[in-house]
Amino acid sequence: MRILTSLRSLFIAIFQPSRLNGEMDEELRSHIEHRADDLERAGVSRSEAERRARVEFGGYVKFKEESHAAVGGNFIEILVQDVRFSLRKLRKSPGFTIAAVLTLALAIGANAVVFSVMNAIILRPLNVPHPESLFELQHGNEASGYQSYPDYIDLRDRNHSFDGLIAWGAAVVGFDSGENPVRMWGEEGSGNYFDALGIQPYLGRFFHASDEHGTNSAPYIVLSYSLWKNHFQGDRGVIGRVVQLSKHPFTVIGVAPPEFHGTLMFFNPDFFVPMVNHAQYAGDDMNARGERWVFMVMGHVKAGVTRAQATADLNSVGSYLEKTYPKTEHKMTFSLAPPNLYGDYLGQPVRAFLAGLMLLSGLILLAACANLGGLFAARAADRSREVALRLALGASRRRILRGLFTEAVLISLAGGAVGLMGSVVLLRGLSAWQPLPRFPIHLEVNPDAKVYAVALLLALASGFLFGAVPVRQVLRTNPYEVVKTGAAGMIGGRVGGIFGGRITLRDLLLVVQIAICGVLVTSSMVAVRGLIRSLNGNFGFEMENTTLADTDLSMAGYKSDQIPAMQKRMVEAVQTIPGVESVGLSDDVPLGDGGSYSVVFTDNTTDLKPTNAATTANIYKISPEFLRASGTTLLAGRTFTGHDDQNSPRVAVVNGEFARKIFGSVAKAMGGYFKIKDGVRIQVVGVAEDGKYGSLTEEPQPVMFFPILQSPSSTTWLLMRAKTGLGGDPQQLPGEIRARLRSLDASLPVYIQTRFNAMDNVLFAPRVATVSLGVMGVMGAMLSITGIFGMAAYSVSKRLRELGIRVALGAQRREVLQAALGRPLKLLAWGSAGGLLLGLLATRVLAFIVYQATPRDPLVLAGVVLAMLLLGLLATWIPAQRALSVDPLILLRED
Amino acid sequence: MTDQAQLLPGTLDLLILKAVSLGPLHGYGVLLRIGQISGSALLIEQGALYPALFRLVKQGLLKASWGISENNRRAKFYELTALGRKRLRVETEDWNRIAAVMATVLSTQAEEI
Repeated sequence: MRILTSLRSLFIAIFQPSRLNGEMDEELRSHIEHRADDLERAGVSRSEAERRARVEFGGYVKFKEESHAAVGGNFIEILVQDVRFSLRKLRKSPGFTIAAVLTLALAIGANAVVFSVMNAIILRPLNVPHPESLFELQHGNEASGYQSYPDYIDLRDRNHSFDGLIAWGAAVVGFDSGENPVRMWGEEGSGNYFDALGIQPYLGRFFHASDEHGTNSAPYIVLSYSLWKNHFQGDRGVIGRVVQLSKHPFTVIGVAPPEFHGTLMFFNPDFFVPMVNHAQYAGDDMNARGERWVFMVMGHVKAGVTRAQATADLNSVGSYLEKTYPKTEHKMTFSLAPPNLYGDYLGQPVRAFLAGLMLLSGLILLAACANLGGLFAARAADRSREVALRLALGASRRRILRGLFTEAVLISLAGGAVGLMGSVVLLRGLSAWQPLPRFPIHLEVNPDAKVYAVALLLALASGFLFGAVPVRQVLRTNPYEVVKTGAAGMIGGRVGGIFGGRITLRDLLLVVQIAICGVLVTSSMVAVRGLIRSLNGNFGFEMENTTLADTDLSMAGYKSDQIPAMQKRMVEAVQTIPGVESVGLSDDVPLGDGGSYSVVFTDNTTDLKPTNAATTANIYKISPEFLRASGTTLLAGRTFTGHDDQNSPRVAVVNGEFARKIFGSVAKAMGGYFKIKDGVRIQVVGVAEDGKYGSLTEEPQPVMFFPILQSPSSTTWLLMRAKTGLGGDPQQLPGEIRARLRSLDASLPVYIQTRFNAMDNVLFAPRVATVSLGVMGVMGAMLSITGIFGMAAYSVSKRLRELGIRVALGAQRREVLQAALGRPLKLLAWGSAGGLLLGLLATRVLAFIVYQATPRDPLVLAGVVLAMLLLGLLATWIPAQRALSVDPLILLRED
Repeated sequence: MTDQAQLLPGTLDLLILKAVSLGPLHGYGVLLRIGQISGSALLIEQGALYPALFRLVKQGLLKASWGISENNRRAKFYELTALGRKRLRVETEDWNRIAAVMATVLSTQAEEI
């Protein structure tokens, strides 16, 4: 019964608030009528009786509200009331509402995007069973995971801590299913790859350890779901078909499930093949102990084994290997890391960058809240008369504050919704984006429930944050004072407080907001400057008019004895294209895919243990024309000739850093000898200038160039320098190159790109950093404009009368402007200075990502000052115009 | 007016229950009944009655229904529920006990200790 009644009243309160309201009104009015009847009977006139009855009844609205509160369900009902009231209020000032919603939409949208990326890359676990126990074996001394295949076998068989260790590497092949062969990326995995990961096939079967019976014994291929869908149109009959991988037949045995993309984030392989067939697509011997070509070794740590125990176990296997194979093994210590971002190699910078970005977007939200807090405080001041009236009529302060908060939260929810919608669109685009077309790289950053929850939470939190700003103001409102002196007087006094000597909360908010925006503008400028400068730096080669074509001859089935002849024919084929000035041939290019390297010993080292090595140097195998074609300057000596082949002594051109590191100077290096890991003595015949090889931010690296005829390579890069000015259309060059190479061998997949495009992968990180910081900077700038504009416009509108009097008393334009806008501009100056200082401190961090991002750059400093000045001018322009157009006559006539 | 006593907090509910226990009443009637039985010795702000009435209905101590008053006007009539009757009995006992104790305490003279 009791429950029924309260349920009923709750129901009525929620769904029929007007009915409840009407009943209550009727009852209270009935009371007053009855009282009036009594008074009338006592001889008072009806109208006087009714008046007295109303007075005796007391605060009608107050008692009605209290009655509502007593009925229960009132929370929701009052909420509905508040929401309706707030909506009405907001509709009355659409400009304010739209500005506030958009401000928040930007801020919350930015946070949702950054959080979603962070969620997808860092927080979301890998899509395999039990991702929490899957670890990559990382070298103890550096963030890398490569191993040799024999070492992997030893680690796998001698450890006691893992449920099966997996080895895998990336394989690029010429994939031929009957049409023209295409270049395709896959993963080669050890036989236990799928079983140890616990993945089940979508179709057919996977390969297993039992399929491995020695070298090239398992010619099976598992297709990724997307390759099966896109290349084979989802044909279930594909199982059992034979496809050619680099001219070797492989049987399709299965299709991987749609959600499995390998274990490295970003890298989406098209297929999976057994590692025992490595020789067929990579062309080299997989069993050499010194060749660390296995990209990653990983596995599930056994239940009950801690990470520390597993690491110790691996280290003991490592020290066994060091002792047993001292010639090839060194530094065999390990640490464990999650495999999805290649351990700490990508994990650390990515985590740091995203954390930084999250911090900046948090600052944006904070700035937006400060901005809206100021606006709300101004609005509350404008409404002090209304607030005072409501207080005088018996409304409780709590109720009025509730109303204000409802307004704030409504705005923040609307802003959050709009921002989230925008961010979903942006994230969809980002997920579909393929940043580096040469590699199968995707960022799957679509938002999930967690992202929506965070956005909602941020919206609510910021609503309460900026809604809380005017609280003190409302609590302090003295209704009698306001009603007595009138709104103008009240606000006049208040504004006097703000623009007098004292620093108020609103001033502080504006300064904080401008400072935050200053940080954002500064760091985005530093990043942009850094990127521009790094593009204009000296790379040790020329970028203009250069086209690259790369392929791997093993993809088309060339054996090592056929390779030099084929490479010679390729060079000759493209050399005769009109407009091509010179053609270089190499196995890789600087700032390209990252080729081979070797330890280097000085000539007098006899014990060639890895620990005795003088340095490790990158190797580029090049043709005689390569250095000239790529625009690399020789500092001393000569480049190679056609006679530096297998029949003549080994020679090398080294770079300046190599010369200094091994020989002490360029002059001493000339004619000197050094040894590489197989003990071969090599003579230096030339020294080339230093350049950038792996990344733009790297320290100078030692590099050696070998004649490609002395150390052949199936990976083939052709570097074509076009003539400047006359002859040849650069647009047609790629097509012409493709046609010429196709006429040599139609089954050879070739990738053609400009030298600029080849830099995409090294420029990816700084570009992403610069773009995201740039966006943040623009958002910060927009926020500071709206903030200053709001402040200035408000101060001018509230002081129009005073300004009018000043003008009437003969004040000059300059004085009027100073009176109206001096304070906001002073706050702007303070905020900008603070922001600039903080920004310069913050951008020290940036220097790690963006090459040459130094905050101590006069251009950046000037740029920031100029930008903030422009923002200030822009934001105060309209209020200033309004202050100057004050007509004292009209103003003084008002009131 | 001046010699009317302020209500102790919490006593209004008890007064209402008592007044209604003597027969169904509308809001204004409750007020008149309390005035009548207390000899107008208690000061009750008229409007303050209603939050208390709604609260008692919600607690299930009173039930309300619309009817026609003696003045021929529509009015909402309140009467005790079984629960209300029980509560009135309990609260009355409590009140009497406390009143007796308070009276004893307050009338204690120095020499009696």
